[in-house]
Amino acid sequence: MIELSNVSKTYGSGESAVHALKDINLHVPKGTIHGVIGLSGAGKSTLIRCVNLLERPTQGSVTVDGQEMMRLNRSALNQARHRIGMIFQHFNLLTTRNVFDNVALPLELMGEKRSAIQNRVLPLLEMVGLADKAKQYPAQLSGGQKQRVAIARALASKPNVLLCDEATSALDPQTTGSILELLRDINRQLGITILLITHEMEVVKSICHRVSLISNGKLVEDAEVGEFFTAPTTTLGREFLNDFLQLTPPKELIERLSDTSGEDTHPVVRLTFSGDAVSTPLISRLARECNVDVSILQAKVESIQDRTLGLMIAELLGSETQTQEAMAYLQSHQLNVEVLGHVQRTV
Amino acid sequence: MSSALFNLILQATLDTLYMVAISGVISTLLGLPLGVMLYATRPRQILAQPVLNRALGVITNVGRSIPFIILMVAIIPFTRMLVGTSIGINAASVPLTIAAIPFVARLIEGALNEVSPGLIESAQSMGATPWQIICKVLIPEARGGIITGLTITLVTLVSYSAMAGAVGGGGLGDLGIRYGYNRFNPTIMLITVVILVVMVQGFQSFGDYLVRKSDRK
Repeated sequence: MIELSNVSKTYGSGESAVHALKDINLHVPKGTIHGVIGLSGAGKSTLIRCVNLLERPTQGSVTVDGQEMMRLNRSALNQARHRIGMIFQHFNLLTTRNVFDNVALPLELMGEKRSAIQNRVLPLLEMVGLADKAKQYPAQLSGGQKQRVAIARALASKPNVLLCDEATSALDPQTTGSILELLRDINRQLGITILLITHEMEVVKSICHRVSLISNGKLVEDAEVGEFFTAPTTTLGREFLNDFLQLTPPKELIERLSDTSGEDTHPVVRLTFSGDAVSTPLISRLARECNVDVSILQAKVESIQDRTLGLMIAELLGSETQTQEAMAYLQSHQLNVEVLGHVQRTV
Repeated sequence: MSSALFNLILQATLDTLYMVAISGVISTLLGLPLGVMLYATRPRQILAQPVLNRALGVITNVGRSIPFIILMVAIIPFTRMLVGTSIGINAASVPLTIAAIPFVARLIEGALNEVSPGLIESAQSMGATPWQIICKVLIPEARGGIITGLTITLVTLVSYSAMAGAVGGGGLGDLGIRYGYNRFNPTIMLITVVILVVMVQGFQSFGDYLVRKSDRK
């Protein structure tokens, strides 16, 4: 449904050129929800704006619903944009129009008759749960309600694609949840393809099917959400995951960690396991088969879509050979083992 | 107060209102599109035309920098061509209008500049044409600022119209200079000033009322 091929965007030229996007390839199949996650300044906003050409790529091609966007003239582009809804972090509702008239705006722009507008707007307000607020002005609404109005407005022209630009970043966690639920319903009921950008793993986890990680204008990772949450392949991906799971070692432990190992140190490891490994009693086997003791410092089990993800920070107690063996054992059982450092033996 | 004097003051008041109304309406009709152009042709704006934008900017600045009293005299030939005379309230309305157009334009431009760029972007994402963005987003969203600007313009026109009295323009300024100043009649001077103050106060209050009414924030 959305296809970006070799898309690059450069601002300025020569020495002062800023490469906002570098050779982006992205494919979002019809009916799916695709998330692009990245830190601020990574190029997310530019990327999503390249889809409806609010930003024109310097290179590459953008295809939406079979249409080569870059080849369209002005009026054809406007026609194509009627089929691509967009919502924003700060809602961008017109302050001088009430809720009804805000949702009616795209229809007015398309030259629809007043009666047709009436017939279209009311069911949309019904759908987003704001039928009773039709005559209110945006200033009288909460953030979540404003975003619902914006969603209704984006859907007014019956788009095939919905672009969400940090749509929940200005909302509190509860409201975020309800907006995400609404987006998921829209995706399921209307079959609308959704491309969203965000810096929140929560958003990706709760509604996306696939996720891309963007860093410095490049897509560095592209995976099914379950896969991304269990085995990110890049350092940045792991950082996002650890931040999200809040699985960082306690502060006093970090202070005691050193990079070098020796005869009188223990390794501290972060274990990530998914799939069958979650249900296997690996720790007790480890103790039996490798003869090491495991001191668990932190652990949690997360369920991400249809997958289960286990995480643990543990200290492996034993001789250096034993702990090496233990780590090899864990790795052979599809566990991701990351040595965080070494601590002095206390006994 | 004699009825002759009363009639004199009434006539002068009506003359002032007439000049302010004519020049106010025409300068708004011409200044609004100029202000929109000044805004919309800026670089990276919806009708980006940097060269045109610079040209319009220079013309507007020239118009705004000429002192009104000089403008009034300088365009006498043009005024004569337009209304057939260089004396009277119709003649005075010409330089008033000319002076007010760039003034209105800059105030409109400023008001449009206050509209959140996000609104323009979201209208573009809906496939709005530049013309639709101007009519359905920019002007409605800027209406508070536009009304404020037009109120300032009316108030300025009241004081400019008093100056127009100096060249036989008629109105309260003319009355104040001829009767109050030249004939040293402090009563008439005072009455003229009081009426001008009341007029300005009235315009300002009415403008503020409209702004409050249009404000949805």
